[in-house]
Amino acid sequence: MTLQGVTKRYGGVTALDNVDFACRLGSIHAVLGENGAGKSTLIKIMSGVVSPDEGIITLAGQQRIFQGPAQANAAGVVCIFQELSLIPDLSVADNICISNPPRRFGLIDKGEQIRRAEQLLARIHCEDVNPRSRVRDLPLSRRQMVEIAKALSRDPSVLILDEATSALTSADVDHVLSMLRKLRDEGIAILTISHRMHEIEAVADMCSVFRNGLHIETFAQGDRAARDIVQMMIGREISAHFPQKRTFTPGATALQVQNYHWENRLRDINLTVGKGEIVGLGGLDGQGQKELLLGLFGVLKKTRGTVRINGQAVRITSPQRAIRAGIDMALIPEDRKTEGLLLPMSISDNLALASLQNLSKGIFIDRQALSSAIEGGIARMQIKTGSIEDPVSTLSGGNQQKVVLAKWLMTDPKVVLLNDPTRGIDVGTKQEIYRLLRQLAEEDVSILIYSTDYEELIGCCDRVAVMYDGNIVRELQGEDITEHNIIASSLNIDEAVA
Amino acid sequence: MSGSSGQRRSLTNLAISLKQNAALITVIVVFLAFYVFYNLNHPRGFSTAVYIQNANEVFALAMVAMAQTIPVLMGGLDLSVGAIMTLVNCLASHLINGSPAQMALGILLCLLAGTACGFINGCVVVYGRIQPIIATLATGAIFMGLALFLRPSPGGDVDGDLSWVFTNDLYEVAATYGFAQSGEAAWFTPIAWIPVPLILLVLAAVIVWMPFARSITGRTVYAIGSAEGAAYMSGLGIDRAKIAAFTLGGFFAGMGGLYLTLQTSSGNADIPQAGAYTLNSIAAVVIGGTSLLGGVGSAIGSIFGALVLRTISFNFRIFEIDPLLQPLFEGVVLLAAVSLGALAVVRVKNTLELFR
Repeated sequence: MTLQGVTKRYGGVTALDNVDFACRLGSIHAVLGENGAGKSTLIKIMSGVVSPDEGIITLAGQQRIFQGPAQANAAGVVCIFQELSLIPDLSVADNICISNPPRRFGLIDKGEQIRRAEQLLARIHCEDVNPRSRVRDLPLSRRQMVEIAKALSRDPSVLILDEATSALTSADVDHVLSMLRKLRDEGIAILTISHRMHEIEAVADMCSVFRNGLHIETFAQGDRAARDIVQMMIGREISAHFPQKRTFTPGATALQVQNYHWENRLRDINLTVGKGEIVGLGGLDGQGQKELLLGLFGVLKKTRGTVRINGQAVRITSPQRAIRAGIDMALIPEDRKTEGLLLPMSISDNLALASLQNLSKGIFIDRQALSSAIEGGIARMQIKTGSIEDPVSTLSGGNQQKVVLAKWLMTDPKVVLLNDPTRGIDVGTKQEIYRLLRQLAEEDVSILIYSTDYEELIGCCDRVAVMYDGNIVRELQGEDITEHNIIASSLNIDEAVA
Repeated sequence: MSGSSGQRRSLTNLAISLKQNAALITVIVVFLAFYVFYNLNHPRGFSTAVYIQNANEVFALAMVAMAQTIPVLMGGLDLSVGAIMTLVNCLASHLINGSPAQMALGILLCLLAGTACGFINGCVVVYGRIQPIIATLATGAIFMGLALFLRPSPGGDVDGDLSWVFTNDLYEVAATYGFAQSGEAAWFTPIAWIPVPLILLVLAAVIVWMPFARSITGRTVYAIGSAEGAAYMSGLGIDRAKIAAFTLGGFFAGMGGLYLTLQTSSGNADIPQAGAYTLNSIAAVVIGGTSLLGGVGSAIGSIFGALVLRTISFNFRIFEIDPLLQPLFEGVVLLAAVSLGALAVVRVKNTLELFR
């Protein structure tokens, strides 16, 4: 598949500028770039979601213009999008076979559909998913695997993955990567967008870097050092990935959790976060880290145990309580599109949302205080916006996440909980978030962060609590925060053996 | 796979299927309870005469409820189902008479008219990019206007025999048209008691609804109600499915109107009646376990929802309770049904899931 001179403009913004690009059958091609670099637009054009303003697309020697994803699918171009395209109320089998279900007498053959789904799930070692289950009832990481199985069911000749591994557990990532290699050997062209460098190093044959809608360079994987690649992506030298940690002397305890239980997902959690301390939650995905954060923020019902803020026992039964004065919590949620933002509403409305209480006189919103608070939030996070009255959905992913952060910082929180805040975000924004966390810590804010990225925990945190099966199995501090230690504890391997 | 693990697997599959059909099972159980109670207290309970009368009273609402189900599955509401039913009713009161061939043509035209109304709804929603609730409010008023034009005052001329057989049991069909030894044949006796509208209801469910639910278009309707963006990104034909859904809804509503004509032997452009049918259809759909958010439910559930609603009024009749209390009681049942569906919420320990 080749693109020649492809240009796409959205309003005044040129998302792709005269791009020539080619991906060959039988190879895995990684596309790198910051958010807003044009990667998403590139794959949207390739998969028929948007059509280019100028330029030619050729597939297997034939010039093609796709009118919608259905046509692209029919031509063998299949895309796994970052926003899952599964239908929550249909079963796993229904979803996997959605575009071309097996039919008998013109009607969908459910038995055959389930057999086909089982086969495809087995191909990616995902036998634990029952094809009859509703997708709504599956955890995020399983849904992602179903999404991949669904793409495979279409017999793609060009397979495009947009951050398809971002929600997966590391075991699943291995299965997916080995499947990608197998598909490549079968002669499929694979295009992958990922922010995880080690995955790219593990599977990619070719790499292309995009920046500001321009195709910067394409090279064979291994020809450039990771440092150079990052340099190409952001176009400026970066001193270090993570801001300097300060030598930390634990201050007073800000947040204390004692004997905390919830259902069978959290067992006997004991954890403290000091003033100005950044504590990381590590471990494999789905060991209770997200539940712990949600529980602390008052989202979970019937939790047991004690939570103390500045030594005072508190009962937080709803997010409304969690943000009250005296508790002053903020939670940066996992999914910014559904829990973090009101996508169709304006940037300013979104920013104001959590601080409305503080910015009101009586029952009315104080407009002046509000607009100055909004300006402050935008300036602090350096959000790139046209007008603050634009819908927040018009921003790039990284800027959207900045809006979520700014919205919570405007409430002046003392305890900030973050649930995987850098997922699917470009390197530049990630760095800004790391700097922000450090800066907050220096202002004596306590931070509890869950991340699926080990490097992030190592680089950012003063202390890392590794969770396994709803328990904190180990706390690492200072020099002990190493990849080896985190992984060993994540797998709950006895250190004597490891 | 060993025997025991195979057994466990089929047990989990059974559990999944029970869980996914809990709403349907509940409404069936509720209906059976109400209906058995009614028959036990009826002086001529469990008799053919009672079945026939009940089936007649239920059919039109059941059809309109099926018609309503499909837009609701897509996450919309169709406020024109009652009007389509009324329009077809008025049209049929002109057409269902004369020679058998004329009557057959009349029936065909009536069903076609209902289907066309649904098709117009679909086109307005898809090409006009108007939300279903407001699009059908407008088209419903237009259909009602047409119905009034056709039947400014109640009346009509409907073939007596046809009306008779469609509102009776199979025995009367055989007796009227003289087959199976006028209904006296030995093989015919076991089925002679079955009311004709009940057969039509089962046919509508089995021949029309079930294949639709298992067609790609039907699947797309569910997908649209569940996550329209995801459905589009999966390469499904959204517009076609929407038009097809409203069209099928129009067909069902037309069936209801046609039957109403045979049942009452007349046409009546009764605006309050059309409104009542529309609102009752929504109630029946909800009682039948279809989510107003779309994506979950089935027309079979709606049939039972209609049955539950009608059985309530049957019970009112035999206990001679003041009929003025009936809307009150129906409202309570509707609330109870909705609350039952919301019971699952109490068990949710992660309050964030309530908003998904």
